[in-house]
Amino acid sequence: MSTPQGTDGSHPGGNSSSAEKAAAVSRTATATLPPNRRLLEVVDLQTQFRTARGMVRAVDGVSFSLDRGRTLGIVGESGSGKTVLARSIMGLLPKRNVVRHGKVLYEGLDMLSASADQVRDLWGAEMAMVFQDPMTSLNPVLRIGNQITEGMRFHLKMDRKTAGATALALLKEVGIPEPARRLRQYPHELSGGMRQRIMIAVALACGPKLLFADEPTTALDVTVQAQILNLLQREQRDRDMAMILVTHDLGVVAGRADEIAVMYAGQLVEKAPTATLFANVRMPYTEALLKSIPALDAPSHSRLQAIPGRPPDLVNPPPGCRFAPRCTYARDRCHEEPPPLLEGGQDHFYRCWYPVGLSAPVKLRSGPDRASAVDGPTTPEPPAPPSEPTKGVE
Amino acid sequence: MAGTGTAHLRQPEDALLRVEDLVVEFPSRRGKVHAVSGISLDILPGETLGLVGESGCGKSTTGRAIIQLPAPTAGHVRFDGVDLTKLRGNTLRQLRTRLQLIFQDPISSLNPRRKVRDILSEPMKIWKRGSPTERDQVVRETMEAVGLDPESSMDRRPHQFSGGQCQRISIARALVTQPKLLICDEPVSALDVSVQAQILNLLQDLKARFGLTMVFIAHDLAVVKNVSDRVVVMYLGKICEVAGPDRLYAHPAHPYTEALLRSIPVPNPTVRPSAQDVLHGELPSPIDPPSGCRFRTRCPYAQERCVNEEPQIREVAPGQYVACHFPLSGSQSTPVPVEVAAGSPV
Repeated sequence: MSTPQGTDGSHPGGNSSSAEKAAAVSRTATATLPPNRRLLEVVDLQTQFRTARGMVRAVDGVSFSLDRGRTLGIVGESGSGKTVLARSIMGLLPKRNVVRHGKVLYEGLDMLSASADQVRDLWGAEMAMVFQDPMTSLNPVLRIGNQITEGMRFHLKMDRKTAGATALALLKEVGIPEPARRLRQYPHELSGGMRQRIMIAVALACGPKLLFADEPTTALDVTVQAQILNLLQREQRDRDMAMILVTHDLGVVAGRADEIAVMYAGQLVEKAPTATLFANVRMPYTEALLKSIPALDAPSHSRLQAIPGRPPDLVNPPPGCRFAPRCTYARDRCHEEPPPLLEGGQDHFYRCWYPVGLSAPVKLRSGPDRASAVDGPTTPEPPAPPSEPTKGVE
Repeated sequence: MAGTGTAHLRQPEDALLRVEDLVVEFPSRRGKVHAVSGISLDILPGETLGLVGESGCGKSTTGRAIIQLPAPTAGHVRFDGVDLTKLRGNTLRQLRTRLQLIFQDPISSLNPRRKVRDILSEPMKIWKRGSPTERDQVVRETMEAVGLDPESSMDRRPHQFSGGQCQRISIARALVTQPKLLICDEPVSALDVSVQAQILNLLQDLKARFGLTMVFIAHDLAVVKNVSDRVVVMYLGKICEVAGPDRLYAHPAHPYTEALLRSIPVPNPTVRPSAQDVLHGELPSPIDPPSGCRFRTRCPYAQERCVNEEPQIREVAPGQYVACHFPLSGSQSTPVPVEVAAGSPV
């Protein structure tokens, strides 16, 4: 996290005074809802991997919070750090050659400093994960029934019979035909969609309060994907469970997440309530991502707006904005100075010096206003609610 | 009668490729796998035909059967007037230089131990085309055409490239033999969206520049719509619907097409995904496919007739062909199927 110049874009607080930083932190921590609704609080989380080439900063200063029963969609391309972020929060990373900094507060407990036993007690019982690949995430030599009941027997100290009955009820709930027979089957006897339902049943078995779904439908066909997403949403609603839905597909989160966080090169680059994000995209990366997706309602053969280049090397990220080398709006400042995550009102955060759709460039520090020397962003957009985003967060 | 019909085919003399009643079956311990069951399609020169469907629908098998890898169980594949199913050995190999495949996984489809220079010149070496210097020249030109810098890339190996760049190398390899027909089997599904757009644009450019004809196989309907001039929707080894992309996506006539379109998550929060529209169940086994219409087990509009009688492809609107007894009419949201006088082979 320490760049040569000492401060980093992911540390906007470092730019302002430490009192401001503390205020910002406490404001995020005790915002609008009563504190008991707050389930998860991630503060300046950093995850680095030690490699032969140097430290890979896979997650670089990510902060967010999640309330009970809410859904956060984390969107990013491969290598953006979205999966590592989910695994860092849950503590599902190898011990060796991994360095984690920051805070992950789950109901007040810091997951990063908690003992292995404490964390293990949370897995399954309090937080669970549905993995991307249902083919390889289930144990091939254990019957489905055993895989579902294992957690209940361990965490909830259920006896075999009660656990078996609960597993049967769970399989029914996740929409598996002939549940009694399935309990005695092995994973290879089931289709991909069925296995993903089993994965969900395993994850739900102990009634977790927080569910991570890491690309839960990427390996599945579209019709099955829709079924699985609906199932996840229904379970979440019925159980008042919070969910972190990690995906590369903005379409998957658009209709289902309360809030969306877009990641690029290990950092959160834009975060907002879903409707706000889609209505007023501020971060050029998010805009470019949306434009590069072929739209179903566009006429055929319409030219796609590809993002040139490719994501930066996380061992030596660019000194300024990490998206600057690929950004069509980038100017000198973007290449030199890393932008902090700014709040533009309505809980909308973005990491950009020249946000899309805002006529006034972002001013953060006093001093010569170099930003005003250049024109506003090139894409004019209807009324931009936040006139002058100035507050640093994290 | 597997008869899915041939109503959608055009004049045989116009088509560059004409596939008739293609059947591909694989033996398995539990019985015969009916991967492709009597499908017909044709492609005019310069056209891009999109083949779309979920995994297991037989779209990749169709693509491979066209270049006789493996040879189909039955049916004809006429390419430029020659029936490929009748060819064997060297004649077939020679003809294959004009039909090239691009695979889904760009990294594993390139030999990791060879330099890009060798990967790209190999096809020409095999066919003894040109002198080494001429081959080198072709390699450079092709690399430039696919957006790779020959100077810096020629002597590197596949692992030194990203997925998108590897796909560019694969495309270049397919182009060096100057093919007429390019069969792209899920060429962008392993790539990130931002890179996917680059490759799709590249394919469009190359198609125009080299006068290519393309079969574009993909599961992503939006991608297929973007590149295709005509789209074929497949389900469990059969054709459901054939139409121009704009017509197909605006007014799907087959219930399966409609379901597929409705299942796609749209990046727009005002479009709420609704639970009712989702297709229930999963793809039946291709070892023992359902009688009559193969989609009937999951079709919300299925009736008695769908069990007993296999629907034939017929034209329901100009340029739109569907294999369904009760095709949907009018707008996409019309839930009531309208019965069309059917059954008459066209």
